[in-house]
Amino acid sequence: MKAAVIVFPGSNCDRDVAVALERATGTAPAMVWHRNTDLPKVDLIVLPGGFSYGDYLRSGAMAAHSPIMRAVAERANAGVAVLGICNGFQILTEAGLLPGALMRNTGLHFICRDVHVKVENAQSAFTSRYAAGQVLRIPIAHADGNYRADAETVARLEGEGRVAFRYVTEGGEAAEASNPNGSLRNIAGVLNAKGNVLGLMPHPERVIEPALGGSDGAAFFTGMAEALG
Amino acid sequence: MKARVHITLKNGVLDPQGKAIANALGGMGFAGVQGVRQGKFIELQIAETDRAKAEAQVKSMCERLLANTVIENYAVELVD
Repeated sequence: MKAAVIVFPGSNCDRDVAVALERATGTAPAMVWHRNTDLPKVDLIVLPGGFSYGDYLRSGAMAAHSPIMRAVAERANAGVAVLGICNGFQILTEAGLLPGALMRNTGLHFICRDVHVKVENAQSAFTSRYAAGQVLRIPIAHADGNYRADAETVARLEGEGRVAFRYVTEGGEAAEASNPNGSLRNIAGVLNAKGNVLGLMPHPERVIEPALGGSDGAAFFTGMAEALG
Repeated sequence: MKARVHITLKNGVLDPQGKAIANALGGMGFAGVQGVRQGKFIELQIAETDRAKAEAQVKSMCERLLANTVIENYAVELVD
């Protein structure tokens, strides 16, 4: 699998995700600066976490209009896998590549801690190494992770199995107490209609080996490497 | 001419910041604040002199960048 990581001014998880990708595939991803207008031929495009443009206006709003995003949208529409983690998820919603929006956490705090998330859809190219219903421990680190969409959109996401991850208790229950940021229906990650674009708030790249405090994220990358060749 | 853009959260969209402001006002002794909604105000200086064209231009800016129409409404006001 060949991958590209888009680097925006203010990205800060680009290197972490590059390490995770290289470890899973044996090849370092191409690091592509946001001012570029074309992308190398790759099987996966990653929009990393961080604070692109200092979260000015709205998180991800400026980055969604970076020159490189036209190429990212073209590839996404052509079926290439696109993954947005945290700020990358915010950018994908602002760019209209994923439905909904990520608003300020209901508690208003920036939250940086491990949470439990359930794999709701294990059929996607991003989650094939997990079992449906599997509970993972993965950190979140965001102030704007409160997933919102109109009722019709949420019903469609649920009906089409496009809720990829949900915040749950350690036992796997989507309770109010396990919802860190107020997201509708505890949604932590969603897929587009074709299933080739995924956005999620948790950071799997931060837990790829026990020395980092956990390894539940490792299968995310080995799974993508397998599924995307 | 000048364009003033007000961006507000759509009805029904929860506003945690507005809620925190309402709580703070209550705590400060301002009784009777029944609701607070926080929004944005953006002032633009634009070269266009034709009002209709200016309005269309600013609306397009709102649709594409200034507002996120999934969760926000916007209102444009032109000032000569």
